[in-house]
Amino acid sequence: MQSKSHGVAHWKLQRISAIAMIPLVIWFVSSLTFSLINSYDQSVAWLQNPLNATGLVLLFGTLYFHAASGLQVVIEDYVHNEGLKIMSLILIKLLSILLGVLSILCVLKIYL
Amino acid sequence: MAEFALPKHSKIVKGIDYPLNNEAENTKKINVYRWSPDDDENPRIDSYTIDLDQCGPMVLDALIKIKQEIDSSLTFRRSCREGICGSCSMNIDGTNTLACLKSIDDVKGDINIYPLPHMEVIKDLVPDLSKAYEQLTSVKPWLQSKSDPENGKSRKQSPKEREKIDGLWECVLCFSCSTSCPSYWWNGDKYLGPAVLLQAYRWIADSRDENTEQRLEELEDSFKLYRCHTIMNCTKTCPKGLNPAKAIGEIKKLQLERK
Repeated sequence: MQSKSHGVAHWKLQRISAIAMIPLVIWFVSSLTFSLINSYDQSVAWLQNPLNATGLVLLFGTLYFHAASGLQVVIEDYVHNEGLKIMSLILIKLLSILLGVLSILCVLKIYL
Repeated sequence: MAEFALPKHSKIVKGIDYPLNNEAENTKKINVYRWSPDDDENPRIDSYTIDLDQCGPMVLDALIKIKQEIDSSLTFRRSCREGICGSCSMNIDGTNTLACLKSIDDVKGDINIYPLPHMEVIKDLVPDLSKAYEQLTSVKPWLQSKSDPENGKSRKQSPKEREKIDGLWECVLCFSCSTSCPSYWWNGDKYLGPAVLLQAYRWIADSRDENTEQRLEELEDSFKLYRCHTIMNCTKTCPKGLNPAKAIGEIKKLQLERK
């Protein structure tokens, strides 16, 4: 879990995912704000646009990856019981994969 | 988990009050953390009121005055009294600093003095720095070189190369920075801390050192280096005005370039 030399890779990926989320979140929030979606049908239509679906899949992927790597750092900082630490790290990884896949599948289900 | 409950004997109680007997006008109350390993008692805060007209300008002068004139059992480290030896580092008025560089006039109200935070206390204001020294040794803070110097003389360095270790060589190893770092408080056993990382970078940045790659490889570890979350307490507290956070940032930058 804290093997030597995952240092720089983890640090780099955490920052890349943070930077990637800046345009993705701005795009997502401004789409919701300015695209005048105010019904179920309009939401479905918006999601069926391939560009929107791609953006959302990318956003979910980055979001859960970034959340998992951030929570990993918090756990490594504060949880000092080795067993509990490994358990919570595995739990965080599994949960983020589960939620990430679920979110992406939901987008695809509407898109397809 | 993180330790939220304090260990036994952590609760600080009120100690002895030493008022000033004569009628001095310019006085200051100094509250000092006291703890002795010899008895089984809780730490206490003793209060000494001193006559500033009969005292030097720095907090260290006040401590020496207290030790000489009021309470000889007060224990603290000091040597050079001019910010070069790094011995008298302690927490004064809520900030880690060197007592010899901290002016009494800079503190409004009473002066509260504690040992460096989150270190084991040996006695009163003397913290146990042996683990920090071990960490310092682990980064091999000396020149490493396989080649012999030109003509068997000194190793040459251009003024430009020499500039790179400015802001690094001045560190006096008082550990004010490391003991102000929350990350070092929680993971001081594995995270090297700002003082030691600044020393590590001092040798990485030195053009005469030939072991740069090996030094960087040693530091490429999620705990030794990457527990730094750029909290910046180190830079804020440094009594010598150095910037350990920048040195750590430079190491991270070099790690990025080599992988």
